Amino acid sequence: MGSSVDTIRGLAEQDYKWGFITEIEEDRVPKGLNEETIRLISARKGEPEFMLEWRLKAYRYWVSLEREKGEPTWANVTYGPIDYQDITYYSAPKQMPVIESLDKLDPEILRTYEKLGIPLDEQKRLAGVAVDAVFDSVSVATTFKARLGEMGVIFCSFSEAVQKYPDLVRKYLGTVVPQTDNFFAALNAAVFTDGSFVYVPKGVRCPMELSTYFRINAAETGQFERTLIVADEGAYVSYLEGCTAPIRDTNQLHAAVVELVALDNAEIKYSTVQNWYPGDKEGRGGIYNFVTKRGKCAGVNSKISWTQVETGSAITWKYPGCILQGDNSVGEFYSVALTNNRQQADTGTKMIHIGKNTRSTIVSKGISAGFGQNTYRGLVKVMKGATGARNYTQCDSLLIGDRCGAHTFPYIDVRNSTTRMEHEASTSRIGENQLFYLRQRGLSSEDAVSMIVNGFCKTVFRELPMEFAVEAQKLLGISLEGSVG
Amino acid sequence: MSLLEIRNLHASVDGHEILKGLSLTVNRGEVHSIMGPNGSGKSTLSQVLARNEAYEVTDGEVVFNGKDLLAMKPEEAACEGLFMAFQYPVEIPGIGNAYFLRSAINAQHKHRGEEELDAMDFLPLFRERLKLLDMDEGLMNRSLNEGFSGGEKKRNEILQMAMLEPRLAILDETDSGLDIDALKIVAKGVNSLRGPERSMLVITHYQRLLDYIVPDFVHVLVDGQIARSGGPELAHELEEKGYGWAEEETVETA
Repeated sequence: MGSSVDTIRGLAEQDYKWGFITEIEEDRVPKGLNEETIRLISARKGEPEFMLEWRLKAYRYWVSLEREKGEPTWANVTYGPIDYQDITYYSAPKQMPVIESLDKLDPEILRTYEKLGIPLDEQKRLAGVAVDAVFDSVSVATTFKARLGEMGVIFCSFSEAVQKYPDLVRKYLGTVVPQTDNFFAALNAAVFTDGSFVYVPKGVRCPMELSTYFRINAAETGQFERTLIVADEGAYVSYLEGCTAPIRDTNQLHAAVVELVALDNAEIKYSTVQNWYPGDKEGRGGIYNFVTKRGKCAGVNSKISWTQVETGSAITWKYPGCILQGDNSVGEFYSVALTNNRQQADTGTKMIHIGKNTRSTIVSKGISAGFGQNTYRGLVKVMKGATGARNYTQCDSLLIGDRCGAHTFPYIDVRNSTTRMEHEASTSRIGENQLFYLRQRGLSSEDAVSMIVNGFCKTVFRELPMEFAVEAQKLLGISLEGSVG
Repeated sequence: MSLLEIRNLHASVDGHEILKGLSLTVNRGEVHSIMGPNGSGKSTLSQVLARNEAYEVTDGEVVFNGKDLLAMKPEEAACEGLFMAFQYPVEIPGIGNAYFLRSAINAQHKHRGEEELDAMDFLPLFRERLKLLDMDEGLMNRSLNEGFSGGEKKRNEILQMAMLEPRLAILDETDSGLDIDALKIVAKGVNSLRGPERSMLVITHYQRLLDYIVPDFVHVLVDGQIARSGGPELAHELEEKGYGWAEEETVETA
């Protein structure tokens, strides 16, 4: 054991040096995954030793899993084999090929931008067009950063955090999603290249919604992204992930990890709108989105709330959950997942009640259209000591057309007799009579579908920050185009 | 000039022919009532006119406001000013009544190249019409028809009609399921919307409604055709003698 640690250390130092002198070499490591790749990534990023060790532990666990069982197969999705040796795990800093002008962009994506009303400069940024006009957003970002800095809020890229705040990173990294959590989390821990880091100090209420958009250096964090958000005692933060516009992206496999930690009386609100490339109508191409997201309500009276609107990706595998460890802590999960054409989604949440009087709310709205397959999978677990725990689950599915599917797998595991659980579920179909009614009043069939779907999702949308909610509504409409008639 | 001209209309649903050569002319400002026994084709007529795609037109033509109605989609007919008060209004959860109505009005305005209504224009109008129908303001933010009583749903249909200000309003058995008080309120609303530029087609099984909404013309529909036409007195005659009488007459004249 001791000798292997020494070996690692030796190699780490060696790599570290190597990392320093490779500036002029190619900025990507060769395809393939082995210990050497991990060392290379860590070295290129100039990481302290604990990070390399942490990564290597993850890698070795991942290798053992790969050898024994391979990817998890319990999810209700099907896809072809992934060749992990055929992926480039590090290419920095730019990952997106630059295109000359918007005219060169896929007209479908351009049309979506226009429908969402995204300003031209922003369109260019998203599409990866070489622009000189982005100074606007950079200056906005700088202003925001200054304001946050005054309040002691740390909001930066993960790489920056590792360099500047190694103690904080070390203290919390992997405390919610350990390297050994699951296949994809282990892979992420081994090879992640960047992501976001947020720390809100004691008693600070973060004055604005934090969004990756305002983070300098947010340029393409790549397919293995890692986010860590810590709200110290009495702190509050609302974090927006993603962007409602489709980002051109050529990576097929995405395995991100998000960890949230809320200490005593702290609250974290995490909102996601995910609209990655879903593949074409026949299901060719499209992103595999295999994400591990989890929050820990570590302190008393803490609260973590997940809100997600998922309309993109070919395959989604995602269960943002809450570990309700502190007494009286609260976990919430509000989700809209839409699958159209050949998309598949297996998504839901895990609520683990450990502390006394812990409460959780789950509202899941699944929409299936075309040949889409939509699965809700949820676990509510109440441990022995969680006296007075309560859970409310509402799980609704909406079907559009007759070739799609909706599936529900709720797991309930209660070990305390004082628990109160409520579970409601429904499946409905958009009726011809509903559509006819709305059309008779003058609405086009697309607007009619959009209206019915938005009504169905209302309880989730109202959890989103205002601008996000408006865009999410538009997005659903766009994602459903052509699904009726 | 006529607003609606139906000539020799044949229509089927699920392969069964229901309308068998129906002809009818409605001029601007006129209120026509269509009466008839169950299964005579009353609702089929309203659904075909509202362009429900489940009903197949096999022959005939319909000219509405100078245009070919049968070539229109439901939303196009609506935007041209055709409104149907549904016999069974559907419920749409999560969509506020006021939001829905404003979207519908603006879809129609857009189609006609008129300016869209913003909330400030919309609200006073909405409040005024709610009052007319003796409806509670709380309805504004409730989900469309969700949890409404039968009477509230029917009143909500008339409210929509009052807001959309159609050229032709089809009332499809609006009286069914209404008690006498609700019936009076609905009739009062409908009567207040009568005018030289608005025609109505009042479809009903019972003469009762026509005591409150007095039509200019009454037609009796039997087996997919108009068997008899007359003034309001025809409704009373039917009430006394029953639909059997009208059917016999048809057989004799056939």
